[in-house]
Amino acid sequence: MKGFHLMFMSWGMFERALVFVLLAPMLGGLLAGIDRKLSARCQGRYGPPVMQPFYDVFKLFRKERIIVNKFQNFTILLFLAFTVFSGTLFFIGADLLLTIFGLALAGTFFVLAGFCVGSPFSHLGAEREIIQIAAYEPMVILMAVGMYQVTGSFKVADIAQHQVPLILYLPGVFAGFLYILTIKLRKSPFDLSMSHHAHQEIVRGLITEFSGPALAMIEIAHWYETIVILGMVYLFFGFNPVLALVMVTATYLLEIFIDMNYARFRWQLTFGSSWLVTTVVGASNIIVLGLMK
Amino acid sequence: MGWFKRSPWVLHYNATSCNGCDIEFIASLTPLYDLERFGIINTGNPKHADILAVTGSVNDKSRQILLNLYEQMPNPKVVVAIGLCAISGCVFQDCYNVLGGVDKVLPVDVYVPGCAARPESIIDGILKACEILDDKDRQRRKSG
Repeated sequence: MKGFHLMFMSWGMFERALVFVLLAPMLGGLLAGIDRKLSARCQGRYGPPVMQPFYDVFKLFRKERIIVNKFQNFTILLFLAFTVFSGTLFFIGADLLLTIFGLALAGTFFVLAGFCVGSPFSHLGAEREIIQIAAYEPMVILMAVGMYQVTGSFKVADIAQHQVPLILYLPGVFAGFLYILTIKLRKSPFDLSMSHHAHQEIVRGLITEFSGPALAMIEIAHWYETIVILGMVYLFFGFNPVLALVMVTATYLLEIFIDMNYARFRWQLTFGSSWLVTTVVGASNIIVLGLMK
Repeated sequence: MGWFKRSPWVLHYNATSCNGCDIEFIASLTPLYDLERFGIINTGNPKHADILAVTGSVNDKSRQILLNLYEQMPNPKVVVAIGLCAISGCVFQDCYNVLGGVDKVLPVDVYVPGCAARPESIIDGILKACEILDDKDRQRRKSG
């Protein structure tokens, strides 16, 4: 494990970017498959094959392309492009803030995609997506600020190689990040705009008008996003790569567990609770850290 | 590779069904039968669907809705008629407002008999539809 970590660190920028662009969707899709299987087992079902997300995406690429206006697929392409872009920045060890704002920009294009079609369901989904972005974004930025306070750098490479355990200095920030992670991974109780379940309901509103290849691109972008977000969890435990990977896995399993055990919240509760958690555990952690220095 | 066989997404529409077949269709999603183990997802959106599963006979009101749903589905697509009413109109076929089975309006690919159709036969019918879906995909590719 250590050897693999050192090998990754010894690679140049270009190799790391290539590895991310090629491997992230495979890993993300596999995680999605494991998620679906585990979710099914939690509900007492047999569940689909682990490779099911890949089958879905390959099928979607073979479907007919139906668009309602010419901007529709363009915005989805930008959503995918900026997700890959910010993920690449993250994994080559560039600026953490730039990664976060790249992801936010990708999210904005996704919202635009929802608004640019005529369906009222899609508009409702896009509005819910905006609420979700507003709910999780402060905590993500606080995470970057907290990491800067401990390591003195916004560079992902420096943070990942920092030998002091970040988690000991940022327990509150990590707790807050775990809370909004549920929104980012589109898990219940916060899956208001693009749920993995409930395919007949308004919680699938945002992707109402997207079919075939566009829907496949949304799915792939979500895989990339999952890997980037789990990469951020890794940073908290960067001092020990083995422990970090264990914690990343544990976090993902915890999210599946939460997903299975909660009914969906209303948007008011989603928004209010995530800002409350951000302020109480996130901001206070950063203030205490500031006073300690 | 037959990707359609592995990931068929179903849209269910009730055209004047008595709910008997609907309940059996929904029952096939329950843990006992678990349609998702074949990758089948019950979607509510015609733009995401590959298979249109129709229960009940067609009347003047549901005809246009059925056509709308069918036309919104991207190719390749198949239609499955579930239950006797969807096949022929069954006991309602002489009613003044009933047009008959689904095949009066749409090209039906698979007929699932039964009143109400059992979940086992519904799953069997949908898996048959998957093979037709793959055939249609192959033909679509050949014709370019």
